[in-house]
Amino acid sequence: MAERANIQNASQQTFDRFYRFHGGLKLAGHRELTVTVPIAPADIPPLLVLPLLQHIGEPAEALVKPGDSVRTGQMIARPVGMVSAPVHASGSGTVVAVEPHPVPHPSALPADCIVIETDGRDQWLEAAGGLPDYRSAEPQVLLERIREAGIVGLGGAGFPTRVKLASGKRAIDTLIINGAECEPYITCDQRLMRERATEIIEGVRILQYIVQPEACTIAVEDSMPAAETALRDALEMLQETGISVTRIPTIYPTGGERQLIKVLTGREVPSQGLPADIGIICQNVGTAAAVYRAVCMGTPLLSRIVTVTGSGILSPRNLEVRIGTPLSHLISACGGYTQDVERLLIGGPMMGYAVNSDAVPVIKTTNCILAVTREEMPAPPPALPCIRCGRCTEVCPADLLPQQLYWYAHSDNYDAAQDYDLFDCIECGCCAYVCPSHIPLVQHYRHAKTEIWAQEKQRRKSDLARQRHEARLERLERIKQERAEKMASKKQALSQDAGGPDPRQAAIQAALERVKRKKEQAGVSPGNTDNLTPEQRQQIAAADQRRAAQQTGDGQAE
Amino acid sequence: MEFRTYSSPHLPATGSVSRMMGFVLLALLPGSLCAVWLFGWGVLINILLAGLAAIAAEAAMLAARRRPVLPALQDGSALLTGVLLALALPPLAPWWIPVIGSLFAIVIAKQLYGGLGYNPFNPAMAGYVVLLISFPLELSLWPATGRVLDLQDTLLLVFSGSLPDTLTLDAITMATPLDAVKTHLGLSETLSEIQGSGVFGSFAGAGWEWLNLWFLLGGLWLLQQKIIKWQIPAGMLAGLFLTALLFYAWNPDIYASPLFHVFSGAAMLGAFFIATDPVSASTTPHGGLYYGLGIGVLTYVIRTWGGYPDGVAFAVLLMNTAAPTIDYYTRPRVFGHDGS
Repeated sequence: MAERANIQNASQQTFDRFYRFHGGLKLAGHRELTVTVPIAPADIPPLLVLPLLQHIGEPAEALVKPGDSVRTGQMIARPVGMVSAPVHASGSGTVVAVEPHPVPHPSALPADCIVIETDGRDQWLEAAGGLPDYRSAEPQVLLERIREAGIVGLGGAGFPTRVKLASGKRAIDTLIINGAECEPYITCDQRLMRERATEIIEGVRILQYIVQPEACTIAVEDSMPAAETALRDALEMLQETGISVTRIPTIYPTGGERQLIKVLTGREVPSQGLPADIGIICQNVGTAAAVYRAVCMGTPLLSRIVTVTGSGILSPRNLEVRIGTPLSHLISACGGYTQDVERLLIGGPMMGYAVNSDAVPVIKTTNCILAVTREEMPAPPPALPCIRCGRCTEVCPADLLPQQLYWYAHSDNYDAAQDYDLFDCIECGCCAYVCPSHIPLVQHYRHAKTEIWAQEKQRRKSDLARQRHEARLERLERIKQERAEKMASKKQALSQDAGGPDPRQAAIQAALERVKRKKEQAGVSPGNTDNLTPEQRQQIAAADQRRAAQQTGDGQAE
Repeated sequence: MEFRTYSSPHLPATGSVSRMMGFVLLALLPGSLCAVWLFGWGVLINILLAGLAAIAAEAAMLAARRRPVLPALQDGSALLTGVLLALALPPLAPWWIPVIGSLFAIVIAKQLYGGLGYNPFNPAMAGYVVLLISFPLELSLWPATGRVLDLQDTLLLVFSGSLPDTLTLDAITMATPLDAVKTHLGLSETLSEIQGSGVFGSFAGAGWEWLNLWFLLGGLWLLQQKIIKWQIPAGMLAGLFLTALLFYAWNPDIYASPLFHVFSGAAMLGAFFIATDPVSASTTPHGGLYYGLGIGVLTYVIRTWGGYPDGVAFAVLLMNTAAPTIDYYTRPRVFGHDGS
């Protein structure tokens, strides 16, 4: 504890030593397939499919309808609420549909997408113009630009960047730029650092200007010396001394935000908390480059770099891809599939998910498309019982006891699973990878989490129903009681009548008597006879006399 | 094109249960060969009988429970249980001793609890303890070192209980060093007085010191191959050694040396091969240390003051019952949680 407190009090992070997170794996990189081939631009496909939800948060709201013509860079869906991001047309053409379409998601459920039939001309919208002199602008203006550009974390999670940059309850002391490629096979960040180091550094400068951290470093793995050299050269060229490059050991999952923060600073992001809670912001190198383009060139997030690799691809490589391009289009651009391809993954081999069709589009978070043969990744062997060997515990980067979690998740004992901190599991897959019984542990944890969420939802729903029911019972009871009280008071009144005079009859009698008395007093009922002027009194007196004379006259006439 | 969808992670797993069990069996080889050299063919007959009985019992129980038989047999756990039991049994015991032991281990201690992964007690030790309590005489038939029977005589003795006229049971058997020390101390003799009786070898019990050394070697190889973790063996040997050291320092006349204890009886076999049975042991990183320490201390207590010469089996079974509690109190601090 004392040691951690010291680290937290350190005013300036120097990144001259590493901290170790527990567990992790040394995995074969398989990066040689693509790491030496430069990034190539991919063609604009005939159809672009742009999901309204490509980030964490609320889906965007479509601004176009079928038949509308759109230009490259035009915002076609606007963010809804704070945690959301707009979607831009990544090519010019005509909107042909706004409808559910298969999207890259583990659930394989279709979701709302804007489908654009491209015109092959790639006509750009008049850009809003860059802001190369961003230092003269307020950070708030830059944040708004980042939001308008639709930038989300390109490392994989897709959290809206603007929200992340301004989410801190406290000042940010450390800005970490994540260049540690998270999984085997993936090289998109590495190629980006090698080829566009200047863009990344310009982007980091903008992020620095916005967050004003005391320290800033770009973390690269020790397995990517060329990327490190490129970054160092760019820093030297730009005479930038406020940004450092830190080489960290390649241990999966170092690229995970929490693990990377631990390695560099020794600090642990609290469970259920955010890095900003401990004064740290972590951004991916690709995100930094996108921020540069959005701020200095006025270009929204229209494309990203995707690694297309694996034994199932004829010529694996990195492509710069327009968001919304169907996977099939990219795979053709890489020579197509090999004959015995069996599995198609989005993301890496540890945390990526398998899709059953290549019709789904690339979205903002798609960093890798991995097509593999059965020889490379055979079907999982049947699971045997857990023998509690504890291999999983040894490799768990979250310091969990995966065997105990499995025991409870497997037996539907979700309370106990939560007690063993199920929700601190990052689903990195280390445990399942080393399990000698070949138990699909991550699948069990995901299932348990989903069940707990569903139960929680159900519980909240039934709580509400119960509250409503209780309120209704209470209301009915109250009405009943009020009625009973009224009835009781009436009854009491009736019983009083039996003994003495009826109060109602008495009241009626009294009223009648009052009227009678009045009539007797007035004879002819006078009108408003109070505040009268002397003339009016005279007139009334004259009229009375006339009436009296008339009555007398009438009588005489008879 | 339709693709196969599987759950992540997609990288093929590296190890397997049968590989683990295979490594453990392999690591038992040096110690087993030493036992054959010391005690003769009886060791091999025991391994064969106990192994076969274990496999047969496993197959029969799986079939009766309507579980797939072949995959479970291939994991090698039943064979390992049989072999471990056999190595704990005296090599001149009648044939039905290893058979009954294996049957109890597999049928009662393992399969009736739900099979591999569900047994709270170490099956081999459960089988051994049942035999020890039920058939104490047969369980004392350890051959006299240096007087190894040939194969024919051994088979005759094991399967029919008879010996050639030239031999008697007393002539070919002798007490183990642990047993001898216990008996002599019981007669109020001191350890220095026992020195001359041939019970002690170079640094521990005669013969048995080599047996333990070879099991230690196999165990170290398992550690190096990361098949077992260091906590349990280290804990057990430390528990045994330190407790012995304490009493030895206090009165070396009536308490045997710590070295004698860790190289006698089933100490090394227990530390590296029996206590490390993952299913019935503690599974947390620190738990193994406490679990091992408990076994070591209890082994010493039973050896020194209990009714039996060795105590590894009882100590393991006792600590098996404590494993869930140890696990509960030794949960590691989860990433991002407070230490307290």
